[in-house]
Amino acid sequence: MTVRERLREKISAAFYRHGLLCASYPVPIILFTSASILACCYPLLRLPLPGTGPVEFTTRVRDYTVPSHEPQGDLGEQPDWYRGPPVAYIQPVLVKAAVSPWDSTLVPVDVFRSPLGRVFSLLEEIRNHVHDDGSGIRSLEALCLQVTDLLPGLRRMQRVLPEHGCLLVSPGNYWQNQRELFDSDPDLLKTVHQHEPKGLHTSATLRDLLFGVPVKHTGVSLYSRKRVVTYTITMVLGSYDARFLSSLRARLRQLHPSVNCSLREDHMVHVHFKEEIGMAELIPLVTTYIILFAYIYFSTRKIDMVKSKWGLALAAVVTVLSSLLMSVGLCTLFGLTPTLNGGEIFPYLVVVIGLENVLVLTKSVVSTPVDLEVKLRIAQGLSNESWSIMKNMATELCIILIGYFTLVPAIQEFCLFAVVGLVSDFFLQMFFFTTVLSIDIRRMELADLNRRLPAEAGMPLPKPGPLRPREAPPPPRPSPHTITLQTPAFRNLRLPKRLRVVYFLARTRLAQRFIMVGTVIWIGILAYTDPAGLRTYLAAQVSEQSPLGDGGAGGLPPHLGVAPVFPGPGGDPVGTLSVLPAPAEPTPLPENQSQGHHGAPGEGVPLVPQISWGAEDEEGWRRLSFRHWPSLFSYYNITLAKRYISILPVIPITLHLSPREAIETRHPQDTRHPPPPSLKTNDLPADLTLYKVAALGLAAGVLLVLLLFCLYRVLCSRNYGQNGVAHGRRRRGDLPCDDYGYSPPISEISPLLLCGHSMDIECLASDGMLLASCCLAGQIRVWDTQTGDCLTVIPKHGLRRSSSSGCWEQRDGWDAVGVAEPENLGGGTEPGGGVFDEGEGYPLRRRTTPRPALFENQPDLTPLIDTNFDSQPPSHLLLTPPRDGFDFGGLVEKAYLEHEPPSPGLTASYPSPLSGPPPQRRRSLGYIQPPAPQGQETPDWESAVWAMELRGNLIAAGRSNGKLELWDAVEGSLRCSNEDGVSGITALAFLNNRIVAARLDGSLDFFTVDINKPLGLLQYRGPPGRSNMPPSPCYSSEDVISCQLTRSVQCAHQKPITVLRAAAGRVVTGSQDHTVRVYRLEDSCCLFTLQGHSGGITAIYIDQTMVLASGGQDGAICLWDVLTGSRVSHVYGHRGDVTSLVCTTSCVISSGLDDLICIWDRSTGIKLYSIQQEVGCGASLGVISESLLVTGGQGCVSFWDLNFGDLLQTVYLGQSSDGQGVRQLVVLNNAAIVCDFGSELSLVYVPSVLEKLD
Amino acid sequence: MSRSGSGQTDPSRGPYIAVITNRSTTLVIRGFMLFSIGVFLALVLNLLQVQRNVTLFPPDVISSIFSSAWWVPPCCGTASAIIGLLYPCIDCRLGEPHKFKREWSSVMRCVAVFVGINHASAKVDFANNVQLSLTLAALSIGLWWTFDRSRSGFGLGVVIALLATLSTQLLVYNGVFQYTSPDFLYIRSWLPCIFFAGVITMGNIGRQLALYECKLMSEKTHQD
Repeated sequence: MTVRERLREKISAAFYRHGLLCASYPVPIILFTSASILACCYPLLRLPLPGTGPVEFTTRVRDYTVPSHEPQGDLGEQPDWYRGPPVAYIQPVLVKAAVSPWDSTLVPVDVFRSPLGRVFSLLEEIRNHVHDDGSGIRSLEALCLQVTDLLPGLRRMQRVLPEHGCLLVSPGNYWQNQRELFDSDPDLLKTVHQHEPKGLHTSATLRDLLFGVPVKHTGVSLYSRKRVVTYTITMVLGSYDARFLSSLRARLRQLHPSVNCSLREDHMVHVHFKEEIGMAELIPLVTTYIILFAYIYFSTRKIDMVKSKWGLALAAVVTVLSSLLMSVGLCTLFGLTPTLNGGEIFPYLVVVIGLENVLVLTKSVVSTPVDLEVKLRIAQGLSNESWSIMKNMATELCIILIGYFTLVPAIQEFCLFAVVGLVSDFFLQMFFFTTVLSIDIRRMELADLNRRLPAEAGMPLPKPGPLRPREAPPPPRPSPHTITLQTPAFRNLRLPKRLRVVYFLARTRLAQRFIMVGTVIWIGILAYTDPAGLRTYLAAQVSEQSPLGDGGAGGLPPHLGVAPVFPGPGGDPVGTLSVLPAPAEPTPLPENQSQGHHGAPGEGVPLVPQISWGAEDEEGWRRLSFRHWPSLFSYYNITLAKRYISILPVIPITLHLSPREAIETRHPQDTRHPPPPSLKTNDLPADLTLYKVAALGLAAGVLLVLLLFCLYRVLCSRNYGQNGVAHGRRRRGDLPCDDYGYSPPISEISPLLLCGHSMDIECLASDGMLLASCCLAGQIRVWDTQTGDCLTVIPKHGLRRSSSSGCWEQRDGWDAVGVAEPENLGGGTEPGGGVFDEGEGYPLRRRTTPRPALFENQPDLTPLIDTNFDSQPPSHLLLTPPRDGFDFGGLVEKAYLEHEPPSPGLTASYPSPLSGPPPQRRRSLGYIQPPAPQGQETPDWESAVWAMELRGNLIAAGRSNGKLELWDAVEGSLRCSNEDGVSGITALAFLNNRIVAARLDGSLDFFTVDINKPLGLLQYRGPPGRSNMPPSPCYSSEDVISCQLTRSVQCAHQKPITVLRAAAGRVVTGSQDHTVRVYRLEDSCCLFTLQGHSGGITAIYIDQTMVLASGGQDGAICLWDVLTGSRVSHVYGHRGDVTSLVCTTSCVISSGLDDLICIWDRSTGIKLYSIQQEVGCGASLGVISESLLVTGGQGCVSFWDLNFGDLLQTVYLGQSSDGQGVRQLVVLNNAAIVCDFGSELSLVYVPSVLEKLD
Repeated sequence: MSRSGSGQTDPSRGPYIAVITNRSTTLVIRGFMLFSIGVFLALVLNLLQVQRNVTLFPPDVISSIFSSAWWVPPCCGTASAIIGLLYPCIDCRLGEPHKFKREWSSVMRCVAVFVGINHASAKVDFANNVQLSLTLAALSIGLWWTFDRSRSGFGLGVVIALLATLSTQLLVYNGVFQYTSPDFLYIRSWLPCIFFAGVITMGNIGRQLALYECKLMSEKTHQD
């Protein structure tokens, strides 16, 4: 034994024990696994959630130094991105300007024309500011970020955005920073608007970029109420020089002092931008995810033969995903921070880890023997696959280890994740998935058990669905023969796939839940990343509505956690920073003040526009889109992804302009703008937007409704309201809808049980009106198919063992219910025997007609226990010992012989039984005894009936000893008998006046039935009460019927003939010698020998349209053309014998030993679909109408819709149906079916079809 | 037809078989499917190679999808169609039908790994080109070992990779396009590896498609 083998054995044993463990304690193991998953994922909480919102970090201005590249230990709360110099420093200069006092002579354009005009002088000031402190002269040109060309795609912005120089952005850029252009611009608003993009825009627009404040805060509008214009001059600096900046700040404050401004100027904010995913990266990413999903789909599709496919697929995906999460968590725990983009490598990790092991496990477990215990199945399945699982895992680990030695950091990290992921995946497979699998298998076994309990299954489904309002209370206890649909687990619905998907979605409300969860997650992420500055907005709102009033005037502004601000307002930064002596309390211009005070306030309109500085101005850039800075830089091909910028404290500038100045700068065309007609028009633009959005929403809604309607039409192929018949049937609850929210009412169909046979029924024959059945005991009974009454019992002179006395008793005409007295039959409750059996010595009071359904659930023991003690001689009651039995039998016989009146019909052909050996033993088990020497016309009770046919009122019975007998079905008399053959008759066909008998030795005999009519043909002497004309010609009882062998084909087949069918003037035989032969009925001439099967023929179908189908032991089905003898098609459909074949005009239905029912297209031979039935049933088939198929099952018959393969109904034949399979099934003309059910016959009417036939 | 298939045949498959009747039709369909897969992969993988410049959506994002010359995707598509048809054909000729992992899930896995190799070559920063080439070569061989393992597949892959590299080189010499940085004998040394992995992948897809067709064909012969 090599090491390898020993290792293999050890591994196998270990897996076996593990499987036992997992299957024994599923719940604790699942709990343990969940706990370990959660524990391993715990470190993930510390990782930042993915999001593209920028991250901020605030430092003090005073001791700011450019951070170095190397991480310097632990510097407090410094984020790890705060390394190295920023991309740029942003120095905003916030300008608020107003014309004050407001004069009524001013036009609306004056609100912003002169304030905007001041931007040029400010720009001039900033550009020309020079700071000289001895160490060198610094100007803006030296410090600012020099930009080059714009991106090639931005030609239209070329005139507006600066190129080849300092990045200095202000509203002046609209006019190329030239005062002359501004002054000569007749319509400023048009100039501003012409650069705006059309349609909806979410990210930063050019207007936002140049003004530096959101559009609605600029005040550049004809309808501005506050009449304060706000804009920002944004300086983008490449390097930081504190002294230059502070001197610039002081200079500007000196020139344009802000009175009530106390903005904090002591900290700068560093904004870090995450990597943004552009469209160019998104497409490959989406592609990889699509491939990943396809992989998962194709993998989980292979899960088969389990109770819940979806559950196991989910478990498989959960296994892989949580193993990945565990690997990331473990790596984080041990100090490895993931630097790779998780979203990008995730699909590759899943693919590397793979779902293969899970599938292999499932397959291995479900392929273990079903009859084993669940524990053992799991353990066996595990140990079978243990070696390959271990081998695969070792291989994968090796490959990954090789990858680890590539020494490329990214690949190393990937490999590390993959290794940890693989190990944790193995762990989860072994513990989590195996346990889930064991639970699933156990559930399946439970389902199997339930299926074996029809008493439970027959009960109405107690499953309350959310869409199933129960209008009526459930029936208390259904009678044993109620028809209910099986539970969904038991049924094998063959719905179209798309419908099943839709039903599944509808049932689980998957889409709604997904949308709900997605919305919640999305809102959470939105609130977390705060891309729209919602919190800032809220903070501003709160501070504005603060009852304490001057929130911005001093003290701590009520931030709602906007940024980590330093505690306390800090010292006065101005004094420390200023180089030029800046006045700590800048004196406002006296003229402004005086003008502001003596201006008379008008009616409602503030004449002096108030310029106030609030907390929201301190970091005005927060109100901008979070894409503001990235988009500004991206125009110059500078990315901010994974980098940061530093925003310096804002420089506030307040401008008060006199009306005179405003009028001077006015353009001649400005006055053409009418003053605002009323204040109500102020809201007009907003309203318009609202209307637009509403209209768009409405249109989208209508479109959605239309789309859903189309989808519904596409998916829902059945027209519920249009086809009358289908609709009616659906209303009756015949179609399966209960699974999907429709509860069919319990149908009232109940099968009619025909009791009477003491043994299992062997042969069934029917011509539509009459039904003949023969049991293993050799008894033939004739039934009326309309009422279910037993008309005749053939062995009139049968011998029967009396169980009470133990002796053999010759029973005369027991159950001989007179056909001449129909009124005794109708009720079925009155014992009718004694009324008309006067001539016989022993009037029998036996009830043979079917009793009401109420009592049919009791086991029918009447044939075994003879309770008619009065019919026996009194000595019978004395319980004489068995040895006296023969004496009594002789006594009885004697008495019988004395009392028996010679029957006119029987005298010629029916000698008394005494001519044979007196009391013949009849074994109840009915095994065949060697035929005793008998007279010519003696009915033979010794041999079993192997084949039976019924035409008109003649029953042809073929016996195992080769005898062919013709019985009168109504009177129960033997009309003629033929003993030409010796070999047993295996099959019979009775067509017109010919009988074809196939024998065990392969020979085929053709008989002709001759009728000598003394009174005339077609004189049916049936009971007047039920004189429905049978379809076939009848033979009156006066006729002398003779049966002659016309031709015998000795070697029709080499082997026994198994099947014989006759129709349309043809006789078709199938034999075990793999061939099918077609004979002409008239001259018994063999027309064709059809070869093509590779096994014995087991089933043949031929009908009036000359379609011939044959099925064999090889599982093949052949369709033949009877006219030419050519094979039309040849398909393999079954593993094992084809047991039964039926054709309709459009399809062929076959059932096999593999419990599969296949439906084939008759013209093309393509399998349409198949129905997997329960084990051990499905040998019998019948087609009631073009679209209704009936199959026999274990104690039940099932009705199927042939068009869709839907199970329509299952009718349970008896209370306990264990082991009693329906083996034969005959479809009668009146849409009833008869099937054997143990020793009973069951007559089931199909009312819906009756309806249809009408 | 497989066991599970016989149990779950849906009725819609019937007319589908009826439509696909003769061999040439299926061949054309297969070729077209392979062609479209090739074009799609070429576009996506080309996009992977485009280096990112800006974070914001550039205004010409659509044009960046088609940033390469127009003839590259059709060429890739044609090549993949040829390869995908050639593989099953060679399997047939050699008389050794490919039996290893003939499932769609395995094919999907193979495609995913192929995209991953491209991803790695585009995104991962390697120390030098030799390392890059060696890594890619190892990955490609691993791909072949994991999903193919047939000698014919390996041989065809190597031959086609060499041919493709040669033709690219000819194109470069004729000045149709240029490498950004030729590193090894005036070619990008990772190019053959990518070609090899691509050939294996397309061959896998082609074989799977052919298998599907074989199933249909065998069903038809059963019916005849």
